[in-house]
Amino acid sequence: MVEIPKDFIQKEENLIIKGNVAAAYAAKSARVQVISAYPITPQTTVVEKLSEFVDNGEMPGTQYIKVESEHSVLASIIGASKAGTRTFTATSGQGLFYMHEMVHWAAGARLPIVMAIASRGPAPPWNIWADFTDVLSQRDTGWLSAFCSSHQEIYDEILMSYKVCEDHEILLPKFVAYGGFILSHTSKPIIVEDQDKVDNFLPPLPDEDGWPHIWMDPKRPMMFGNLIMPSGFYQEFRLKIHDAHIRAKEKIIKAAQEFKQVFGRDYGNGLIQEYKMDDAEVGMIIYGDLALQMEDAVDYVREEGYKVGMVKLRHFRPFPTEDIIRVAKMIKLLGVVDRATAFGSQTGGPVSCEVKAALHETKNTAKILPIINGLGGREVTLEQQKNQLRKLVKFNETGEVPKDTIHGTLWDCLLEVK
Amino acid sequence: MNLAEIKSDKWKKINKSKKERPEVQKYKDWEELSPIPISLPIKGSMGETGDWRTYRPIIKEGCNKCGICWMYCPEGVIIRKEDGSFEIDLKYCKGCGICAKECPTNNIEMVRESDIKDG
Repeated sequence: MVEIPKDFIQKEENLIIKGNVAAAYAAKSARVQVISAYPITPQTTVVEKLSEFVDNGEMPGTQYIKVESEHSVLASIIGASKAGTRTFTATSGQGLFYMHEMVHWAAGARLPIVMAIASRGPAPPWNIWADFTDVLSQRDTGWLSAFCSSHQEIYDEILMSYKVCEDHEILLPKFVAYGGFILSHTSKPIIVEDQDKVDNFLPPLPDEDGWPHIWMDPKRPMMFGNLIMPSGFYQEFRLKIHDAHIRAKEKIIKAAQEFKQVFGRDYGNGLIQEYKMDDAEVGMIIYGDLALQMEDAVDYVREEGYKVGMVKLRHFRPFPTEDIIRVAKMIKLLGVVDRATAFGSQTGGPVSCEVKAALHETKNTAKILPIINGLGGREVTLEQQKNQLRKLVKFNETGEVPKDTIHGTLWDCLLEVK
Repeated sequence: MNLAEIKSDKWKKINKSKKERPEVQKYKDWEELSPIPISLPIKGSMGETGDWRTYRPIIKEGCNKCGICWMYCPEGVIIRKEDGSFEIDLKYCKGCGICAKECPTNNIEMVRESDIKDG
């Protein structure tokens, strides 16, 4: 359970704000130099707040670009980032799909752009509520991606992201996703850190030479993005993106450690965060806003005498394969909860597929029970999450797959027609 | 060139000084590559693009040396000689025909390569 810090009331900079506003404050704290954005529900208030900041002079030196579509958002951000600036944008669902072409361009140019995503279900049918299919559908674009499960984590993760992305050995863009409305439009107390502390934590803003690999300078002309023949280095540059992802793992771990030292908030090893897994017999892998409530569910089910635990997946790309294997070796049964779909895949859930693939080569690891729930913002109550844990316990004790699975996956919280 | 070296003097030399820049950069393997493929403005980085040409521009006698073709050429292959007259670098001219189109005195003729006997 999240504890409200004891010194919360005394500090002036502590605010009770919405998740979206927390994202805007993170961009402000990171001193981003260029913001380009187009409003889309449920992300709109991120850019509204940022335009306010820029308008009333709270972000001196920040350029806010108004554009006509999401495709142009990312195109303009790519240009700004190439020129050697720290950039930020935010979007949701359909807006992200509209950007998709540019999403590849940003990763291919290895630009450290950070994008907040208030996740929403893809249409049709039209949907604007929490569902991570939007960000997970960008799986193979080469962006790092992280999930947040609390308001404070949105703020913190955006700061950590700049640290990882702008590392000269990584240079990759990153999505920071959180559930639409559930986090984006609810208010909670968060700590907005002192500017000096943040400045010291983050790498310095790029100097006039820009990034080491790409620049926009008439004195040193260069061109990026032209044709590369099959006999050229295309495959090698793809390999380099993958290699950077794998190497980013240690940078993420390091950033989380440093963050804990400086700001005192713990995010596990940065890639995953374990909750009461030390003596657990069964566990849940879960991500996003549902993870926070699952911590409560674990506490309640433990009171009933069952040894259950939970692993919060903080990063989807790079995928924390080693950590997942380590966790799966500790216990007998793992539930993997998806608030997203991967139609036609082995389990139907993108993360459960990934977990299964991670464990494929390792012997004596936990069995996997894929769970899909909460699609399109469908409410998942504490009671339902407790039941999921109880089902895991029963599955572990009896060895019988729960009867209500569909194609091997537990589609939980389906409507009952009476 | 690996990533750690990327801000080194060697890299800066390649970026900043045209004279010291190698005409062709050679890499041993993928790890040596810079993070992204970039093109630096060196002559003929795409090879001898004159091979692509179907029509060859020929400057006929009577050129008034106005220099409009020289300004319009997208590839920079029209060369101004010391006496002010113009010559076309056929090693790299792609034969797009813009010079012929823009020539105000119609003094540049596009001739099919196969019709030219000297090759």
